[in-house]
This record gives sequence, structure tokens and C-alpha cells, in this order.
Amino acid sequence: MTSFSPGFRGRPHSLAQRLPPGQYPTESFPVLSAGPTPRVPAEAWSFTVTTERGETRSWTWEQMMALPQQDTVTDIHCVTRWSKFDTRWRGVSLDVFFDGLETTAGYVVADSYGGYTTSLPLADLLGGRAWIAHTYDGYALSPEHGGPARLLVPHLYFWKSAKWVRGLRLTPEDDPGFWESAGYHPYGDPWREQRHRGD
Amino acid sequence: MALAWLPARLVGRRAQTATARSLVFTVPGWPGHLPGQHVDVRLTADDGYQAVRSYSLAAPADDDRLELGVQAVSGGEVSPYLADQLPPGERVEMRGPLGNWFVWRPEQTEPVLSVAGGSGVVPLMAMIRAHRSAGSRSLFQLVYSVRGPEDVWYREELEDGGPFLDVRFLHTRRSPHGAARASGRITAADLREPTARLDPVSPVYVCGSTGFVETVGDLLVELFAGRGKEPATIRTEHFG
Ligand SMILES: Cc1cc2nc3c(=O)[nH]c(=O)nc-3n(C[C@H](O)[C@H](O)[C@H](O)COP(=O)(O)OP(=O)(O)OC[C@H]3O[C@@H](n4cnc5c(N)ncnc54)[C@H](O)[C@@H]3O)c2cc1C
Repeated sequence: MTSFSPGFRGRPHSLAQRLPPGQYPTESFPVLSAGPTPRVPAEAWSFTVTTERGETRSWTWEQMMALPQQDTVTDIHCVTRWSKFDTRWRGVSLDVFFDGLETTAGYVVADSYGGYTTSLPLADLLGGRAWIAHTYDGYALSPEHGGPARLLVPHLYFWKSAKWVRGLRLTPEDDPGFWESAGYHPYGDPWREQRHRGD
Repeated sequence: MALAWLPARLVGRRAQTATARSLVFTVPGWPGHLPGQHVDVRLTADDGYQAVRSYSLAAPADDDRLELGVQAVSGGEVSPYLADQLPPGERVEMRGPLGNWFVWRPEQTEPVLSVAGGSGVVPLMAMIRAHRSAGSRSLFQLVYSVRGPEDVWYREELEDGGPFLDVRFLHTRRSPHGAARASGRITAADLREPTARLDPVSPVYVCGSTGFVETVGDLLVELFAGRGKEPATIRTEHFG
């Protein structure tokens, strides 16, 4: 008998092992964002990687779509506590964008249309663990979920998977992005429940 | 420092609508919060299973008393329990305050527009109450979309808010008798006058379901285009 919430039973909890601590499974696809949704037509979209020395590489939509494409099925975990299993994405691995790039930077700031930013270690974007995703469940990614293209870094809380991404900036130090500056955890590992600064 | 889970005792429950409740808890050691912030609420079952959901704070900090507003969602795991089953005097756990972006601070002096869909009124009510108790003389506007008149939360406080609070009710399904506006979802026409009263730097707060917040965000961005008001002045909170 616990001393809290007497009489609370909860749903059958069979999926518990697959859920990071403090998460619950959802069938729907909720939205977390801080402001209105930017509308960016694919023709106007471009994606730029900028090194710590200011060198840039850019891709238009057409050029990005001509790169090798990958399909990924993965679980995603939002800091607002929902998790969604077996989400299906198509996009380009970030290894492709970074191929042959010379850098000693340890961190990346992702910049989005609309002004959103998020920061994470470069290593977390490499090794087949992160993508620029443009297709969700067989359809073009909708604007409220980050279309035309978003970052997809499913092993971190989903705010790191910047919607409406337009570029990545390499930085020597961790330069906190939007939610990281508003009290969220700098790294955001769902399995260690790193929601807020200090967790 | 990590935020701790604090025991929170239910000391008051009041019906806002047939399915929505105001809940008051005492939380010893509560650090205080800003209007617009939320808490995580944790429930524990006898077998140790825990479920956590976020709930907005409905009122400014008042020592260790916290007010929430909970809409019971049918089939929901947590909200029906909080709304109707948790016995008065019993405890849950809470952690917070959370969310440093969707906030209004009493030092802000620009006219404000807030837009609520259904239970999305909860964090906006905290702002309205803080605005009133600060004696602020800037205009605070609320456009509040509900299905019918019986779905309005905090009615007395909203209708009797004094000269610096301007509330417009939008009825999507059933309008009161003699209403000038036909029932229906929010449109640009509903927002034209309230947005015309804003400064370029005025904040706009939009809260509700994802569909509602997306619709209102799009309408506002369109109204702001050509007026030199940045979409970045719009702050959104999604409840699901
Ligand atoms: C920042 C923030 C602030 C919020 N503030 C408030 C607030 O002030 N007031 C408020 O009322 N809410 C608020 N919410 C929403 C709240 O956190 C919960 O999402 C809401 O109360 C529903 O939770 P639940 O456990 O009752 O429903 P859930 O169990 O999460 O289910 C939600 C819906 O999905 C269906 N469903 C999902 N999974 C299953 C399943 N396995 N089996 C059957 N049905 C299922 C349910 O029937 C239900 O209709 C806020 C959310 C956020 C993110």
C-alpha cells in the first residue's frame, strides 16, 4: 500500500520495459512547439552546414533528395512524457552531410526556420543515429511535425529533433539552444530521464 | 539541482463544468512559480506502477497552495482519477515549476492577447489573476473558445474582471440566445479587433489542443504579416 494516490490503478502496464522512465505510450502524435508553425515550401528550403571556421556546405531540396535515402523505424520520446513506438521515417543520414568534413568542434547548434534552435554533441549526430527526415509514415512530413524537413535524433528527447531545420553550426563549446536555455537539460537522454537542468 | 517530487495534499475540489474541476493542493516546500508555468503530477498504484502528466497552474503562487484545473478526458488514465476519484485529504506527488517560456510576468506593461481553446484557459487564468492582483493598468485580452455556454470555466471572474480585462467568448457549437456571432470555429474575423490593439512587441499567448493552437497560430501569423509584427511574439502551449 503506498501513501500516495489511493485507489489509482493505471492502465495495464505491459509495455513498461520498452518505455523510458516517466513516459507513457501514445497512439497519436502530439506536438510540442513554442510558437506558430512556419510554412516553408520545399522549393524555398535549403540546408547548410557551417564549420567552426565559417566554411559552409549547402543543399537545395532537390540536391538533398538526390542523396542516398534511408528508411528508419524507431521509438520516439517527448519530454512532455509521451512515447510513440515504431514510427516510420525516410530521410538522409547526417553521416552523408558530414562526409569528409574537417572539424575539431565537439558540438552542434541546429537552426530552424522560425528561429528555433537546439544544441547537442556532434557525436550524437554521427554513426547512423541521426537524419534529416522528410517523410513520415509514407507521407511528406506535415508542417506541424516539422515539414518540409526536420532533424531526427530519436535516442534523445524529441525537442533535440529540431523541426523546420535549415542548418547545423559546428561549435567548439556547447552553446545552449532554445529549450536548453529555458531550463531543459543540455543533453536530454530519455533513459536517464534528463528532462530538466540538474536531472 | 534536480527538481524533487513533493507530496501534494488535495484540500479543495470545485466543479467548473460537468467534467472539469478546480483542484487545490497544499505542497509544503513549494518554491513558487510564474503565471503560465505547469507542474508534473505523479500517481502511484499499489503495485508500484506510476503515471505522470503535466497540468498548468491556474493561479499565481500563494505560499504552498496550488490550484490546478483538470478536464476529465474520457478513457484517460490520469485526468478522471484526479477530477473525481482522488479523495480529499489524500496525496499525490508534484514536481515543478516547469516551463520558463509560456509565462507572463507582472513587470510586463504591453497590452496582451491570450487565446484559449477549452481547458487551455488554465494557464491564461493564472496570468489574468496575476495581472489583476498586480493592479496592472495595461490591457489583458482573452479570446476564449468553448463549445457552448455551459463549458465556460471561471465565468464569474472573467465576466467581472474590471476595466483592464477584455474577454470575448466564442461558441463553436451552441451560442447563447441572441448572440451576434453565429456558432462556429475561430476565424480571422474573431481576432482582427483584439490584434489591432497590440503593440509590435506585445506578447500573444495561445493554449489548447494541438489542432486549436495550430489554427490560431496560422491566423495570427497572417494578421501580423504587413503590420510589422513578428510571429516570434506568439507563444504557444499544446495540451496534447
Ligand atoms: C504543458 C502541459 C500542460 C497541460 N495542462 C493541462 C491543464 O491545465 N488541464 C488539463 O486538463 N490538461 C492539461 N494538460 C494535458 C494533460 O497533461 C493530459 O494529457 C490530459 O489530462 C490527459 O491525460 P490522461 O492520462 O487523462 O489521458 P491519457 O491516458 O493520456 O489518454 C488521452 C486520450 O487518449 C486515449 N488513450 C490513449 N492511450 C490509450 C490506451 N492505451 N487505451 C485507451 N485509451 C487510450 C484516452 O481514451 C484519452 O482520450 C497539459 C499538458 C501539457 C503538455
